[in-house]
Amino acid sequence: MQQVINVFLIGISIGSIYALMSLALVLVWRSTRVVNFAQAGQAIVTTYVAWEVVNRSGSFLMAFIVAVAIGGLIGGLVESGMMRTLFKHASDGPVASVAPVIATLGLLGVIRALVGLIWTNEGKRFESPVSTAGFVIGDTTLPFSRLNLLIICTAAFVMIVFSIVFQRTNLGLALRAAAYNPEIARLSGVKVAMTRTIGWVFAGAAGAVAGILLSPNDSLTPYSLDVLFVFGFVAAVVGGLESLVGAVVGGLVLGVGLSFITFYLGTSLVFPTAFIVLVVVLLVRPSGLFGVKGARSA
Amino acid sequence: MSQTILEIDSLSVNFGGLKALSNVSVNLREGEVLGLIGPNGAGKTTLFNALSGFVPAATGSLKLFGSDRNWPRPDQLVHLGIARTLQGVGLFPELTVLENVMLGADCLAKTGLVRAAIGLTRRDEERLAQRAQTMLGRVYAGHLADRRADTLSYPDTKRVAIARALVSEPKILLLDEPAGGLGAQDIAWLNGLIRNLTSSCSIILVEHHMDVVMSVCNRIYVLNFGEVIANGTPEEVRNDEDVIAAYLGASAAHGGGK
Repeated sequence: MQQVINVFLIGISIGSIYALMSLALVLVWRSTRVVNFAQAGQAIVTTYVAWEVVNRSGSFLMAFIVAVAIGGLIGGLVESGMMRTLFKHASDGPVASVAPVIATLGLLGVIRALVGLIWTNEGKRFESPVSTAGFVIGDTTLPFSRLNLLIICTAAFVMIVFSIVFQRTNLGLALRAAAYNPEIARLSGVKVAMTRTIGWVFAGAAGAVAGILLSPNDSLTPYSLDVLFVFGFVAAVVGGLESLVGAVVGGLVLGVGLSFITFYLGTSLVFPTAFIVLVVVLLVRPSGLFGVKGARSA
Repeated sequence: MSQTILEIDSLSVNFGGLKALSNVSVNLREGEVLGLIGPNGAGKTTLFNALSGFVPAATGSLKLFGSDRNWPRPDQLVHLGIARTLQGVGLFPELTVLENVMLGADCLAKTGLVRAAIGLTRRDEERLAQRAQTMLGRVYAGHLADRRADTLSYPDTKRVAIARALVSEPKILLLDEPAGGLGAQDIAWLNGLIRNLTSSCSIILVEHHMDVVMSVCNRIYVLNFGEVIANGTPEEVRNDEDVIAAYLGASAAHGGGK
């Protein structure tokens, strides 16, 4: 039983990171109807920046704050500098749906290349701010560590902040309205272009948190967040792509599910399982667990 | 005579090769209810869309409250004192009724999006919620505030949509088929509401329901194939032969409704 609880808690810990990446993807999808493949690239930049800050200042908290701020800034710049122009020039026909996705893939390549140029492709050791040794209860050492606890608490804090912004503030109301029906939102005086940028800013910040939480005690390379993107994407699809709650639940469910598979069936089944889940959800319930059936106008 | 607050002069709108509106001129006076009628496809909603910035005007000029100005973007409309309801109601189904109405008051938020993003707008939001609640009360929908919009009956969604338009305290209200799908009791209520509203705003009403148009409008413009074919008081329009031929049918000339 104790083993099950441990596996569950570790699943929640890793799942909360998937949830943050999933949240980032959903925020971008809701605001501009684009799957942002560059999200992993944006997060890798902020994670490297965080690594630099930790190395120079020794403060994980400062690294966290800088990473989140730069993550938001990059998100805003990508939307206002690249995507907005792209939407203007490719607004009709088949190119309108394909061009933004290809652009984000291109951006991912550019970011990786630049990160490789600046920090090299050699793995960097990102020290954990807290102990990675498991908690000890009696004479048993649990796999669940202070780092896992920090991850869960940080992710929960970020999600609570998002929840308050979206559910309790006029800004959140404008963001939700613009996501659901931009035309009616415009008639109500909502500056939809601005809400789109804010969606990308929030997504950039959430992705930055995901990156910085995944990397401690691990080797950091320009490709090390690719797996996070894949699981974040699966979580977003499971949650329904539209729903912020769905993104979080999708991430947690995936994290817990994959944690049990890792412990009881082996790591080799983790990837196939994630993709099977993706395909099954798309086949059986394309709108996801929390998605809205039928199309919304973008 | 009341002051003219909105003047549309020679407005044309083209959809590809199709002329949806051709040299349409309309003026609205303070405190009046102006009817826009015509068969389906006559260009009534297109006129609203041009005025709301949803479709571009090919030609034509706009004068608002005595000043020339460019055709507004949709998000500028409420800031100019113009609010609009939509034919399809257009509530956000996942939001509560109160949130739907609060959105209409978004323009009244004195703080920008950036201040909102860092959470400095609490008092503003409380003020907006209060105003939205007051407006819901005005359309007898105060008790629905906490319901999700997708759980409302159709007549109630119409009330909420009107409350959302009114909450920005517009000087000009564009009502797009507000009586569509309503029963006799709700239509009677709507007639009363429209008459009451003229003390605070002027109204342009697009409506197929002739009883409503004839009873609440001070003047009526009749559109057909994108052109104004007649305008005048309900009595004048009712007796205009072009109008009878194009839209109302012979029975209307003898006082019939829809």
